[in-house]
Amino acid sequence: MALSTSSNFPRPDDAFRAIVEAHRGLSEEQSADFDAALVLILANHIGDIEVLKEAIVLARRRMVDGQQQQQQQQQQQ
Amino acid sequence: MAQAKTQFGYRRHPDQDRSGQAPAEHAVVVVGAGPVGLSLAIDLAQRGQRVVLLDDADRIGEGSRAICFSKRSLEYWDRLGVGDRMVEKGVVWSVGKIFHGESQLYQFNLLPEEGHKRPAFINLQQYYAEAYLVDRIRELPEIDLRWRNKVLGLEQRNDSALLTIETPEGAYRLHAQYVIACDGARSSLRQMVGAEFAGQVFEDQFLIADVKMTAEFPTERWFWFDPPFHAGRSALLHKQPDDVWRIDLQLNRYADPTVEKKPENVRPRIARMLGHDKFDFEWISLYKFQCRRMDRFLHGRVIFAGDSAHQVSPFGARGANSGLEDAENLSWKLDRVLRGQSPASLLESYHVERSMAADENIRESTRSTDFMAPNSHQEARLRKAVLSLAKETEFGKRMVNGGRLSVPCSYESPLSSADAETWSSGPRPGCSLLDAPVRTPAGESAYLTDMFRKGGTGFALLGFGNDAAIELPGGVKDIRIGGEGGLIDPDGLVAKRYDAEPHTAYLLRPDGYVAARFRHPTKALVAAALSRAQGLN
Repeated sequence: MALSTSSNFPRPDDAFRAIVEAHRGLSEEQSADFDAALVLILANHIGDIEVLKEAIVLARRRMVDGQQQQQQQQQQQ
Repeated sequence: MAQAKTQFGYRRHPDQDRSGQAPAEHAVVVVGAGPVGLSLAIDLAQRGQRVVLLDDADRIGEGSRAICFSKRSLEYWDRLGVGDRMVEKGVVWSVGKIFHGESQLYQFNLLPEEGHKRPAFINLQQYYAEAYLVDRIRELPEIDLRWRNKVLGLEQRNDSALLTIETPEGAYRLHAQYVIACDGARSSLRQMVGAEFAGQVFEDQFLIADVKMTAEFPTERWFWFDPPFHAGRSALLHKQPDDVWRIDLQLNRYADPTVEKKPENVRPRIARMLGHDKFDFEWISLYKFQCRRMDRFLHGRVIFAGDSAHQVSPFGARGANSGLEDAENLSWKLDRVLRGQSPASLLESYHVERSMAADENIRESTRSTDFMAPNSHQEARLRKAVLSLAKETEFGKRMVNGGRLSVPCSYESPLSSADAETWSSGPRPGCSLLDAPVRTPAGESAYLTDMFRKGGTGFALLGFGNDAAIELPGGVKDIRIGGEGGLIDPDGLVAKRYDAEPHTAYLLRPDGYVAARFRHPTKALVAAALSRAQGLN
């Protein structure tokens, strides 16, 4: 894995908080625009297509996991 | 509106008077007298092959159509003896500008360095290019150009194809060892071999208007995202010879083509863009495009080249230019196979190399098209982010995709010999040769591409250094830089562009691609690379 998933911030709460606060006061639409710009800026900073692709796979897995959970819940019902 | 620039006559050929006899037999029949078919016929004829060239029309097509011809295409046309005419008539350009709204986002230069014979691009109406190619064909008795000869039927045999051809005086048949289908995107030969032509269809429609006017815009490619005169969509402005300007406006996918094409409806759109209506229309066309290719470019004795084999969107000038690259890739291989110098399997490398190039062209033009016409709300959002970041960041500018213009593809090819030594730059095997200025021992200024084509285009060894040239295998031309009797490298650019040290040598194929390179060439090394490049092992 070229993508680092170990914790890289000495104070992870600060990083999470910075992103949360950046969205404060934005509409849904503005938030989505903001995220798009932030993703592009960070992707360029990483500058490594393999790392980016791994990050995309990891993020996409949320969608798959989410769907599976939904299905399981439906089956249990 | 533009008139057909040149009209040609149908002439009866003795091949049509063979009733009761076997059909005439020909080595090569090229179908389609567009830029690709014409160039291929000339190339084959210059190699000594007799060519029958068929076209179902009797005139050069209307409308400017393809207008951007690349440096690579001009270098090829130099070899075909028509480069000077094209460049003299064409509009030379290398700078493109991208605008967003009212403001310029950035500009690019496609050929920022000196020391090349040909510019990055010329703009020239396709009908001029075709007319000059037809003029060249008239000088070549090997080519038998038959207008109003339409292929109606194809039967594949073991070692030939039998064509049925319709003319104003009835049908006739002929045998061809090889048929080269250069009959365009709606190729009837492709249908006759039953090949699929699948790919992506883009729903957005684009309006092309070629207008005649005198204007002081510079000779640059200007591209707008969301311009004030055409809100929410893209626009392109580009200069052609004779005070003709190509304007390309993105319309929405629901626009009605018959309504939108009417000059009275196009005029206000263009007037809004130019700020005046002092112009005349040369040509108006409305199109949707597709990015697709055939699975295989070889079907028995029929070989596909140009738009019949692959189709791309126009943003990037990858249509006609890639077709011309097909022609230069195919002609030397077909010549060798027809002479029995290489096995027919050499033609497979045409499919391998040019389908790889087609994939690259499709990938590039699909990305450009998706950027111009985003497919979803989120794609539009990402594009908006790129355009806004481009105002203040370099990486944003480079992500803006208003068309990535045609450059020659690098082949991963069975004909290439892999590098065995260390190179820090220079064209690796599978890349096309780079031009640079040279001076002949007699003191004349010239270019490396001139030396490559001088005396006919075959294999050549480009060697550097003072030593006596190594003994070359038969048929390989010696191009020597430096040393006694060698070419002079006045600015050191040849050595620089080829990462040359004393003894360095590059084996060039007849299409100007690098087959192999050596730090310490020997006769045996060169011979082995040559046989590989000729498909002999």
